[in-house]
Amino acid sequence: MNHLAGELFRMLPFIVAAWLFVVGLYGIVTSRHLVHLIMCLVVVQSSTYLLLLGVGYKFGAAAPIFVDIPVGTPAVDPVTHALMLTDIVVEATVMALLLALAIQAEERAGSVDPEQLRIMRG
Amino acid sequence: MNNFLPASPVAVPLIVAALLAAVNRHIPRRIADALAIAASSWCLLACLFLMIRSSHGLIVYWMGGWYPFNGAAIGISFAIDPLGAGAAAFASFLVVVSFIFSAHYFDSIGTLFHVLMLAFLAAMCGFSLTGDLFNLFVFFELMSAAAFALCGYKTEESGPIQGALNFAITNTIGAFLVLSGVGLLYGRTGALNMAQIGKSLGQTHDGLVVAAFVMITCGFLVKAAVVPFHFWLADAHAVAPTPVCILFSGIMVELGLYAVARVYWTVFHGALAEFEAQTRLIFVSVGVLTALVGAFMCFAQRHIKRLLAYSTISHTGLMLIAFALLTHGALAGLALYVLGHGLLKAALFLSAGMLLHHLGSIDELKLRGKGRDAIRVPVLMLLLALGLSGAPPYGTFLGEGMIDDAAKTLHYSWISYVFMLAGIITAAAVLRVAGRVCFGWGDDLDRSQQEEGETDEGRETSGGPDIPATMFIPTLVLLLLGIAMCFIPGIRTRTQMAAMAFTDQAAYQQKVLEHASPPNYETPPQESLVPGMVRGGISTLLAFLIAGLVLLPHPFRRGIAGFSGGVSFILRPLRLLHSGHIGDYVAWLTAGVAVIGGLFAYVIH
Repeated sequence: MNHLAGELFRMLPFIVAAWLFVVGLYGIVTSRHLVHLIMCLVVVQSSTYLLLLGVGYKFGAAAPIFVDIPVGTPAVDPVTHALMLTDIVVEATVMALLLALAIQAEERAGSVDPEQLRIMRG
Repeated sequence: MNNFLPASPVAVPLIVAALLAAVNRHIPRRIADALAIAASSWCLLACLFLMIRSSHGLIVYWMGGWYPFNGAAIGISFAIDPLGAGAAAFASFLVVVSFIFSAHYFDSIGTLFHVLMLAFLAAMCGFSLTGDLFNLFVFFELMSAAAFALCGYKTEESGPIQGALNFAITNTIGAFLVLSGVGLLYGRTGALNMAQIGKSLGQTHDGLVVAAFVMITCGFLVKAAVVPFHFWLADAHAVAPTPVCILFSGIMVELGLYAVARVYWTVFHGALAEFEAQTRLIFVSVGVLTALVGAFMCFAQRHIKRLLAYSTISHTGLMLIAFALLTHGALAGLALYVLGHGLLKAALFLSAGMLLHHLGSIDELKLRGKGRDAIRVPVLMLLLALGLSGAPPYGTFLGEGMIDDAAKTLHYSWISYVFMLAGIITAAAVLRVAGRVCFGWGDDLDRSQQEEGETDEGRETSGGPDIPATMFIPTLVLLLLGIAMCFIPGIRTRTQMAAMAFTDQAAYQQKVLEHASPPNYETPPQESLVPGMVRGGISTLLAFLIAGLVLLPHPFRRGIAGFSGGVSFILRPLRLLHSGHIGDYVAWLTAGVAVIGGLFAYVIH
């Protein structure tokens, strides 16, 4: 039983990551407001943070700052942190661009409801 | 080979872009043009040089001199092979063409267009040359971000904003899929270098590896606009400025497929070798669906750029089929097909841009008969349309022949009919446009064509009574290159050798990780081109026939009115699916990933 709980706890970040991915997609599909839609995209993105952190995490290990810990101390994987930081930077650009487009949509088409923004069709 | 050259196709355009952004409005437009053309020409020359050099073996370049230690990759590498360098060279060439074409575009807006284009180019080059999976994702996102901004460049109109939003949201979800897949692979192997991951995975596979494969592949296929991930493409192409469209259709979409091929052959080939037949069947099916949906939707358009966009979707379907055969022969055919198609499609978009410049409209029905005083353009379109049907001696014909030969040995020879059908329909659509615009044939209204939604777009230029040479000559050059590539001596053999190296996973790993010299490949025998010529000839005739039927003069039309109505009846539901609603697009995307994932899950058990 204890073993099962431990396993579940270990899997928790991945379960939550999958949940965030799917729930974010659901939000995008049903959204009626572009800003809300873009925030749902951020929810999808946060699932990738969680996945990367979950991949690099080790139970009982120290932070990967090697200045003041003895050599050989187990540390969590710093590479995944670097990946996540890159991810944040790249996606911040994309989200800013998307929000700027949303403002332009409001100005040009007078609406931020995807239902109203459908001149491209057929 | 640890000098500046392999990194320069990424570094040079980025540096020039930063410079141009800094001086934005303070330098004359022509100097900005010259600098941008110089930077992209440098990329073209460097990539061509790398392509030729790498034909003797992979060029591996470790950033900052972080070489692998005991066969384990520590740093980030570029692993340059002829196909990757060729893709980067082609991207650079199209950027040069598009800078020349856009000399009369964007008169009032400083240098930001140049900045975005150069960033886009740097990302495409890095994407083609890298040997690191996370690097691939970063360049993918840089490429996407620049492309989103370029797509929505005409912010004063509503269409480009909506097109760019649809493009950006679907492609960003694709990028998250890729990143999740990369994360899973890192969790399994602790590596990000593609050769290293492939080595760690070896021949073993399990649910996690297959899940990562599906996520990465589907993520890149969103960029490649494969059904059901394709909805964004028509929206983005219809609204993007013409010089940007040629990059989207000519190379960006194909790079999505390039990434799928690269990752498959370096990372997953060994692990999924057991399921090769099933993988082939799944992706060939998706490709056939894409080719047909794209072709029918193409024929139903009247907005010329949107028509060309659907034609691109159809041809990406054909390209996916070629990849899905999973042999080096088909891959070589794919490379030539991408080059031939890219040249022709870029020229077609430029022709559409010239119509818009000269006549102020891009609506086929509105332009009926108006092309008489600009007859050069429709004639050019007619010549280009022949290439879409795979007629000799266009580059597409050469590629198609090689793909057919590969398919025959795998008992997939029926796919040549798919190639013919998609070629006939997309060529007929362009021929119809040329005939209607040039000679005023056909009706004002065609019931089989779209009646609602966006059918036209505003002028991109100040217009003029004449077509400037900077617009016409690049288009002509693209057409001539599309034909001339067939006559390059030994192009088929050399591409096949490059494809053999591309698909040799073991040699790739040894070269990247242990610096082993590459094996010698036997020169493959060349198949006869005659069957392809016959097929191409038949396709072209049928394309003329269909276009002619649609454009029949009025008294004869009554006989085929039923036909036209029938086509409209079949196409209606298909067109309704393309609803323009971003929520629907994402729902289709999710469903597509679920179906492909489900099929693979079924295959493993």
